Amino acid sequence: MGQRSGDGLTAAVDSIKREPDGSRSDSMVTHESGGHHHPPSSFIRKYIFSLDHKVIGIQYYLLALFSVFLGMALSMLMRIHLVWPDLKMPFTPGGQMTPEQYLALVTMHGSIMVFMVLTTAPQSGFGNYMLPIQIGAEDMAFPVLNMLSFWTTFVSLVVLVSAFFVTGGAPISGWTAYPTLSALGQITGPGEGAGQTLWVIGVAIFCIASLLGALNFITTTVDLRAKGMTLGRMPLTVWAWLITAILGLLAFGVLLAACLLLLLDRVAGTSFFIPGGLVVTDTPITSHTGGSPLLWQHLFWFFGHPEVYIAILPGMGVASHVLSTFSRKPVFGYKAMVGALGAIGFLGFCVWGHHMFVSGMSPYSAFAFSLLTMTIGVPSAIKTFNWLGTLWGGKIRFTTAMMFALGFVSLFVTGGLSGLFLAQPSIDLYLHDTYFVVAHFHLIMGVAAIFGIFAATYFWFPKMFGRMLNETIGKIHFWFTFVGVYAIFMPMHFLGLAGHPRRYADTTGVNFLAPLHPVHYFITIAAMITITAQLIFLFNFFYSMKAGKKATENPWEATTLEWSIPSPPPFDNFAGHIPVVYRGPYEFSVPGATDDYIPQHVTPERVGKAH
Amino acid sequence: MIRKTGERGSAAVAFTFATFLVIFTGVTVYLFLAKIWWFPPAITQFGTQIDAQFHRTLIITGIVFILAQLGLAYAVFQSRDRGQRVSFFEGNSAMEFIWTLATVIMFVGLGLYGEHAWAEAHFQGAAPGALQLEVTGQQFAWNFRYAGPDGKFGATKPELVSASSGNPLGLDPRDAAAKDDIVSPVAYVPVGHEIELLIRTQDVTHSFYVRELRLKQDAVPGMVIHMHFNPEVIGQYELACAELCGLGHYRMRSFVNVVSQEDYDKWVRDQETALQQQ
Repeated sequence: MGQRSGDGLTAAVDSIKREPDGSRSDSMVTHESGGHHHPPSSFIRKYIFSLDHKVIGIQYYLLALFSVFLGMALSMLMRIHLVWPDLKMPFTPGGQMTPEQYLALVTMHGSIMVFMVLTTAPQSGFGNYMLPIQIGAEDMAFPVLNMLSFWTTFVSLVVLVSAFFVTGGAPISGWTAYPTLSALGQITGPGEGAGQTLWVIGVAIFCIASLLGALNFITTTVDLRAKGMTLGRMPLTVWAWLITAILGLLAFGVLLAACLLLLLDRVAGTSFFIPGGLVVTDTPITSHTGGSPLLWQHLFWFFGHPEVYIAILPGMGVASHVLSTFSRKPVFGYKAMVGALGAIGFLGFCVWGHHMFVSGMSPYSAFAFSLLTMTIGVPSAIKTFNWLGTLWGGKIRFTTAMMFALGFVSLFVTGGLSGLFLAQPSIDLYLHDTYFVVAHFHLIMGVAAIFGIFAATYFWFPKMFGRMLNETIGKIHFWFTFVGVYAIFMPMHFLGLAGHPRRYADTTGVNFLAPLHPVHYFITIAAMITITAQLIFLFNFFYSMKAGKKATENPWEATTLEWSIPSPPPFDNFAGHIPVVYRGPYEFSVPGATDDYIPQHVTPERVGKAH
Repeated sequence: MIRKTGERGSAAVAFTFATFLVIFTGVTVYLFLAKIWWFPPAITQFGTQIDAQFHRTLIITGIVFILAQLGLAYAVFQSRDRGQRVSFFEGNSAMEFIWTLATVIMFVGLGLYGEHAWAEAHFQGAAPGALQLEVTGQQFAWNFRYAGPDGKFGATKPELVSASSGNPLGLDPRDAAAKDDIVSPVAYVPVGHEIELLIRTQDVTHSFYVRELRLKQDAVPGMVIHMHFNPEVIGQYELACAELCGLGHYRMRSFVNVVSQEDYDKWVRDQETALQQQ
């Protein structure tokens, strides 16, 4: 009772009571009921249209898992085409892959990875599953909204992927969809007809889903924390999910608006992004006038840059959490870590212009964007420093989750530092839109975030499925992946330094690319091995779900609330007994205590004393 | 206490991880020093300045890279399970402060240092007497236009654009100023002469990118964007489109030929003669 640290909202929440049978017919969960709730018995309510945040979290995760393999398959096709352009592929009509098919792969790979994987798995997947449990709540604040946000995401994925199957195929304008290429319709190229329209609609739907999710995360964190779970005792994962949700709430609204405007330009004859006087392949465009393509870029990157942090912040939270747990040491500088998350989140909204140094934007604003971007390096450096400080003097347990968290730190440093080149407009004049950028954002936003997802998977799988992932297979998977991603993306820096523009369907059209062919070859081989190695993970995931070693309640000897309940947790998480929190989230190796970890819910009297 | 799964073979895993990071750092540093795949020499003063700033950035990021990767390797190796007691500490404000201050000075300082080259390219206009050269992108070709003897670019009209019939820019034949405009699919510019580019596009966004000039500028629908440079080395330099513009993006290239003043004058005369014979 009264275990919420909320405010005015509390009264409103409390007024919504459960149905007598304990089912969740309302749109908000409360702590008031006290008794235990019966899980829904029908298959559909239990697994398909479930209101349980745990089921929804797993649904999101599986959606992301499907999407990441689809996205990787697309990238594999691109890599093969770049090195063996004449190779006939069974699913490309006419044999060889055409440039427009290559660009369709570019667009869909980026869109699927960014939206359906990097936004979905770390935040909506793990956040949904773990955030309520880590703060001692029975569910998300709005379970119905939660279900809707998943199914909206699902619809968005279906709409996005359906772009492959319409006349003209998927769009060729990249995941950034710059007008006027993306706005004028079929005339600018194959895929710019129905495919691009479906893309815009799909992304708009995704924005709606993300907005619903963000609202839910924020409300839940603010309002449903258990007694004693003060802000300063929240695990860094919870902080990361909260800040990410705030970013999502502010960013996806803007992208939604931008998508609607682009849709109107495409189907309703408006000219938000299309200026007058254009001529496409000798055909004057007379139906549009007065718009600005730069408006789209501003709107898109006002979303797009925070989006980078939406992808990576949860990974930072997970890395901090896992590093502390398996170093058996408290997180070094907890407050600084929270501050750095906040600073990165805030600055993330002030730097979108660094994507636009060569766009024709005012060169004076480039100054401001550049300096603000360099400033983001500061909280990022604080985080790196504190991760090393967390490891320092610890006693590391090299679980697979820990290996991926360590890999995350290494990748974050490597991917982050190349940002210092691109943040300077003068250097960006050369490197912009080259493979150097591809290397940079894949390492930091793609692979580092994926390593966060892997660390989270190996760490929380026992809690989610009640069985352990196989650690030996996990280690093999780690090494293939860690060495593999560096082998793929480090060489791309050199392609970029040699001036290789990105999104080139073929490397024979420009003379100076010829000497770079061996590098492309190396990257493709590395990609084939690394992507194949992901099947090891897939096997481990499904095999262990069925036949893995049974997980105990707290196999990692960890401290946060999810480890105080059975694996997997009961329907309402705490079986009616909402925990009370007595301490911070990372009390490892506390001097004077018997065990090297003190869970958050253990009362001071029950803490074993060594003396 | 019973050993956990994760602790078994701790030393071996720590050693492998640390060794990998050391090798990875070594190979990366080697490749950046060996410059096997690197940018071509700059042909402008401005380009040389950018290269200098690039190298300053490379040195600073290189040092941070080495320290961070090796620091991680060392921390992992040092903190492997040797049966030691964990040293309990939750942070150190003084160290946080020093670290933060050092990063601010280093990163922001680097940023401020690099702004000079940017300012020169963008805040200052072209030098007086610059040769004006209009660059127009269209799917999937570049066209360069010279104003001709009258020094004026003639009028163009969208409805007159016809690449197939030899008028890719839509020059209006009724405008006298248009009659002497030279339109060429490749650029010729005199060495040591200030060149002012007027960059525009007819259809979608393209990007003018010549590596040796260290310049890249999007050609944006509805805008004319000015850039300037002064090439100092004679040669042929490839221009590659750097902004995704459609299916032919990968082959949308041209050349900027930097030639001696005599060769340039001769080329212009040849073009004018050809115009008059039309």
